[in-house]
Amino acid sequence: MSILVNKETRLLVQGITGNEGLFHTEQMLNYTTNIVAGVTPGKGGEWVLNGKVPVFDSVQTAVEVTGANASVIFVPARFVGDAIFEAVDAEIPLVVCITEGAPIQDMMRVKQYLSSRRTRLIGPNCPGLLTPDEAKVGIIPGNIVTSGNIGVISRSGTLTYEVLYALKQSGMGVSACVGIGGDPVKGMNFVDCLELFEADARTDAVVMIGEIGGNDEEKAALYISSDMTKPVVAFIAGISAPPGKRMGHAGALIEGSSGTAQNKIQALQTSGVKIARYPEEIPGLITF
Amino acid sequence: MKLQEYQSKILFTMYGIPVPNGRIAESVDEIKQICEELGGRVVIKAQVLSGGRGKAGGVRVAKTIEEAEEYAGQILGKEINGLPVRKVLVDEMVSIDKEIYLSIANDRNSQKPLLMASSFGGMDIEEVSRGNPEKIVKRVIDPLLGLRDYQLRDVAINIDLDRAYWQEFSTIINQLWKVYVDCDATLVEINPLVITSEKRLSALDAKIVLDDNALFRHPNLSDFRDIHAEPPTEIQGRKIGVSFIKMDGNIGCLVNGAGLAMATMDIITELGGEAANFLDIGGGANAKKVEDSLRLILEDEKVKSILINVFGGITRCDEVAKGILSAFKEIHTKIPIVVRLVGTNDEEGLRLLQGTDLIPAKSLYEAATIAVRKAAEGNA
Repeated sequence: MSILVNKETRLLVQGITGNEGLFHTEQMLNYTTNIVAGVTPGKGGEWVLNGKVPVFDSVQTAVEVTGANASVIFVPARFVGDAIFEAVDAEIPLVVCITEGAPIQDMMRVKQYLSSRRTRLIGPNCPGLLTPDEAKVGIIPGNIVTSGNIGVISRSGTLTYEVLYALKQSGMGVSACVGIGGDPVKGMNFVDCLELFEADARTDAVVMIGEIGGNDEEKAALYISSDMTKPVVAFIAGISAPPGKRMGHAGALIEGSSGTAQNKIQALQTSGVKIARYPEEIPGLITF
Repeated sequence: MKLQEYQSKILFTMYGIPVPNGRIAESVDEIKQICEELGGRVVIKAQVLSGGRGKAGGVRVAKTIEEAEEYAGQILGKEINGLPVRKVLVDEMVSIDKEIYLSIANDRNSQKPLLMASSFGGMDIEEVSRGNPEKIVKRVIDPLLGLRDYQLRDVAINIDLDRAYWQEFSTIINQLWKVYVDCDATLVEINPLVITSEKRLSALDAKIVLDDNALFRHPNLSDFRDIHAEPPTEIQGRKIGVSFIKMDGNIGCLVNGAGLAMATMDIITELGGEAANFLDIGGGANAKKVEDSLRLILEDEKVKSILINVFGGITRCDEVAKGILSAFKEIHTKIPIVVRLVGTNDEEGLRLLQGTDLIPAKSLYEAATIAVRKAAEGNA
């Protein structure tokens, strides 16, 4: 078993015929992810990647024909809101949105809509999910991760890879990696993922990669101190970031006195979380 | 993208939110003319994208045309928090009975829009929130349903607004909500919304921040972008397609990914150095982008070393290395550049850098250590 995605995942790719969509579909297939369908409105009936994946005009049809139970979204930012609504209305249980730059109000409407639905959303603006040797849903490079017992949750992209690589270099494996994304309004957060890892028999410890902005890390700290039995190690990026400047990610912004790395580190330390000063220090801090 | 006050007021007027009579001016003569039209008593307000305009002398009340002329000369050309004043808004003077704070903003905590109002208008709302948090009324708005009428009444009641103004106040909030939704704003703020001695409501100040991600829906609003009002290096960053923020240190950073770029700056700080900038080059670190980025970093003469940290992942590191090499050949700099590459074909990539003046490094820790040491040597 594993959290969120595994060998049973039947993946649908929204925006499969675009450059990014097509490139990463091939990468995911190479990782032996079970991709059953693609969707691009107006291209239904075509096949991509030498006849490996059928393309449909709508998510609903793709689900009816192929039994897809997860979707990964690569459509351009302006279509992200609509693409998520379409997947949610087709009752796909898990939607992972990779696209960066979705308008915030679109995401607020999506988020509100999701509150009365069963679909889980990850992202947008995230690298997606990876369950080593089982499924890769998104863009996390498969070759920097080996299978093991550490759960990884991250708000970042390449910084996540840095941490995964450091774990691999130290001979440590991963049960699953979840990139939750760097946007201020997003689907699953740290607490949602910590709950899954806490309940996951294959996970013995969790690595959390946070950054400045918002208070998701502080909420995670509260959850860890009250409900988490497994050890957690964290790295928080942005201790040297100035207030009021948006550090690349839409969500990485110190506003007023809130959202600072110091606040987050302190909250996590109080909850017994070990804090790494730089990514390569993480493996040495993990104990079971 | 922040709008200037006068731009925000143009939008308010289009949506029927009352603002004082006034116009934008760029010269003393224009200011005099507007002042005459408005009957002599005016407020002259510097148009810069910076808080604390008033404290910096950027807002002056003139009772006569002579005073207006004098103040106009003082404000135009002045610098406020490093930003030159090129335009002023000349508004008619309004006599004030009461000041109210009103805003709608994206609330990160609830992940919904948040309506805020306070009877403590005209003050810094952060200060009110620290000193008198009970004086701020907050109501979360359902982004699918929009504002409910009862919420408007509820807010009016809770800021002790005289019933005579409820109707007009509700209309203003409703229109403000429309501005927020129609323009994809992240913040629409009126501070203060005043009740004048003529018993009318008027938005004396106006602040709108737009969601950059949604500007594609609003080509007309993109024209409002005033490039003179932003720090020049950040505009250059946008021009070459990277995310760039100037910092105070002497170690230039070139990194792919925002989180990794922050982590790179952090480890430099941890090791006793100081980053000169934040630079996220994004995906596909091609030769042109690397070259443009290096030039941008080297514009700062304080820079004594540069750290390039590219986590390739799927990107082929030998291609990235070739890009860095060709950029390096174009630049001709004596500043030491440390390069750390990880990803597909990274060993081949690092091998390509051998025999050049670029300094290859295997880990982020090693790369940062060298960059900090080189910067210290450069300063010595």
